[in-house]
Amino acid sequence: MTYVEYKQLNPFQRFVHNFKKFFTNIPSALGRFISACGRGIVKFFTGIGKGFKNYGVTFVKGDWATKLSYLIFGIGDLHKGKTYKGILFFLSEVLYALYMIFFGWGWVKDFPTLGTVPTRWESDGFTEIQIPGDNSMLILLYSTLTLVITAIIFVIYIQNIKDAYRHQVMRANGEKPTTLKQDAQEFLDGKYHITLMSFPVLMISIFNILPLIFMILIAFTNYSKQHYTLFDWVGLQNFGQLFDVINSNKKAVTFIGIAEWTLIWAVVATFSNYILGMVVALMINKKGIKLKSLWRTLFVITIAVPQFVSLLLMNQMLQENGAVNIFLGLFNGGHNPGIRFLGDDVWVARITVMVVNCWVGIPYTILSMSGILMNIPEDLYESARIDGASPVKTFTAITLPYMIFVTTPQLITQFVGNINNFNVIFLLSGGGPTTTEYFGAGKTDILVTWLYNLSMGNEQDYGLASAIGILVFIICATLSLIVYNNSKSMKDEEAFS
Amino acid sequence: MIKSYKARRIIANTLIYIILAVMCLIWISPFVYLLLHSFRGEGGNVTVNYLIPKTYTLQNYINLFSGAGGDASINFPRWFLNTFVVACFSCVISTISVLAVSYSLSRLRFGARKKLMNVGMILGMFPGFMTMIAMYYLLDAMGLTRTLVALVICYSCGAGLGFQISKGFFDTIPRALDEAATIDGANKNQIFWKIILPMSKPIVVYTVLTAFIGPWTDFILAKIIMGDVRENYTVAIGLQAMTTPEFIQGYYKQYLAGSVCVAVPITILFLRMQKYYVEGVTAGGVKG
Repeated sequence: MTYVEYKQLNPFQRFVHNFKKFFTNIPSALGRFISACGRGIVKFFTGIGKGFKNYGVTFVKGDWATKLSYLIFGIGDLHKGKTYKGILFFLSEVLYALYMIFFGWGWVKDFPTLGTVPTRWESDGFTEIQIPGDNSMLILLYSTLTLVITAIIFVIYIQNIKDAYRHQVMRANGEKPTTLKQDAQEFLDGKYHITLMSFPVLMISIFNILPLIFMILIAFTNYSKQHYTLFDWVGLQNFGQLFDVINSNKKAVTFIGIAEWTLIWAVVATFSNYILGMVVALMINKKGIKLKSLWRTLFVITIAVPQFVSLLLMNQMLQENGAVNIFLGLFNGGHNPGIRFLGDDVWVARITVMVVNCWVGIPYTILSMSGILMNIPEDLYESARIDGASPVKTFTAITLPYMIFVTTPQLITQFVGNINNFNVIFLLSGGGPTTTEYFGAGKTDILVTWLYNLSMGNEQDYGLASAIGILVFIICATLSLIVYNNSKSMKDEEAFS
Repeated sequence: MIKSYKARRIIANTLIYIILAVMCLIWISPFVYLLLHSFRGEGGNVTVNYLIPKTYTLQNYINLFSGAGGDASINFPRWFLNTFVVACFSCVISTISVLAVSYSLSRLRFGARKKLMNVGMILGMFPGFMTMIAMYYLLDAMGLTRTLVALVICYSCGAGLGFQISKGFFDTIPRALDEAATIDGANKNQIFWKIILPMSKPIVVYTVLTAFIGPWTDFILAKIIMGDVRENYTVAIGLQAMTTPEFIQGYYKQYLAGSVCVAVPITILFLRMQKYYVEGVTAGGVKG
């Protein structure tokens, strides 16, 4: 389609065109993504190669103290008179050695097998005594911890060598190493980012990255209720079970069913909120409508109330003798119809969840849309009026294209948000109605609530739960990457500064 | 012609007013129901088959805070205090983390900056509670599970990853300010505390309020960490416990009263925050 042809389309056709283009572009975008990944990998390995080269070159050029730094941290710095840094380097090596000898190695040596000795009961003639065997979970957890600590020590090691060599060069040039006071000053100026970031980064490493590595590893084990203390590496078995449709494995049936419903849910929830929210926002912002801020505030209040309050309330109101049924009874001659909104009927429950989600979600759309509507340049409307455009024409030619253009990235973000929309499902229906067809899930469960059930509910299968987590991550990451690549504010960080 | 146009507009506007009014009614009425029934006097501690209560009393609130209701493990004042303490501590830690990270990523230039931002983005894409089991065992290894400290750690540890909004704000402050200050002999630390922070009040208030509200509205993390240790519950899981079949028959009105007690302050704080949020996002560019 040429540019001129495109320009002749009306906004809806353009939207459809762009929508189609988006999906037809996915293969080429994927290709670009993969080639970018390839370039990244190549860059990574050349980086490693360069690192090794520097490692060797520095060793050859180094004097005896620098050479000794390859074995004992901090010798180079101590020799060149940078005492405090040398001592710190040395201490880190000693601490690491102590950690490995007394704690780390004992766990890491079992890492390849995840433990072999089962817990058993032994009788000493009178009572049964439990002889604890290996605990695979602890082995995996502490091995991961050791892995992270080793990575940190490796970075310190490299820094130690670089620093030793730097000081050697400085001495050759007749320069004196900086004092502690000067260094402290530097941490408030040139290296200020280290001062600011080290605490948050440390917290994130321990409580986000470490658990994440642990859980990714769990996806390749058979950690479940049946294998609680002692479990094994099983490779890709968990992923295999999820896609094992041919043997109609119960887990595969559950996965396909839930993935299907997750998709329906995410599409319906996203578009219903988007369209209805846009309609209401347009009504509130229409010229001549008074009390704009009152309307907006009334809707915003529903966002402000904590979600668990409003969702638990909704859950109570949708019960058989709850407020909604009583209200419907008013039209039924005072007779309570007793509709079981969250009962055994799958589609009644699903539709209820989607309608309540509209109730929860539309105010968010109204809020963001109002902001965008107020930002449409007024002169666009003015020139349209001068040209004699009717209100309908102004709407279809200016307002609608502008809104669709600005909010498309938001649409995808919301889609990702809905795939991860845990609260609405969990607090409202709890995944019910329950079914025996599914493995540890109900008919309104989406992938993330299933993940929760598999780790906290009755059917505990941590390996499977992690595998689902990874799949959800892949879906969300792909969608987010598309948004990220298209969003201007990411490309153009310094547009305003 | 003009007259008919005017008439048409009036009809359209009336229609819009009616639709808006009906929608507002649908959106607000559950909360009105909540408020009215939390003061309901009659009908015992169960749901009733009419919408508007007949008598009003403060007894439900008194029962809620005095712990009357039959079960000692339902202790709302304690839960309220728990949540408040957790919210205060995690608010301080989160605010420091968020501001430090977003300031560094926005206004300082260093080698690993882009890499850190990408790592942060990727970490944010994993489903949040996928790591919860690992987190649970990690806290268990530290001997912290089922304590409030564990909750503070959970709420504040990942805070640094939520840097986007305040980074966006810091991005809009002109770099010329930093340069001028550097020429005058200020170091980066002084620029942060004496120049950027004082002019970032909206985003600081926004960050503080978001961090404070978090623990009041979070449900799932608290549920996983606390399990069945009821005395360490926060209001969210406490109120959910009241609606379980075990308790709902004796605590329905207390549950409604408790919901009001949580919802009102949080709503006020949120509306406050909204103002600062809008100010923060739109006013940033003009300030320099």
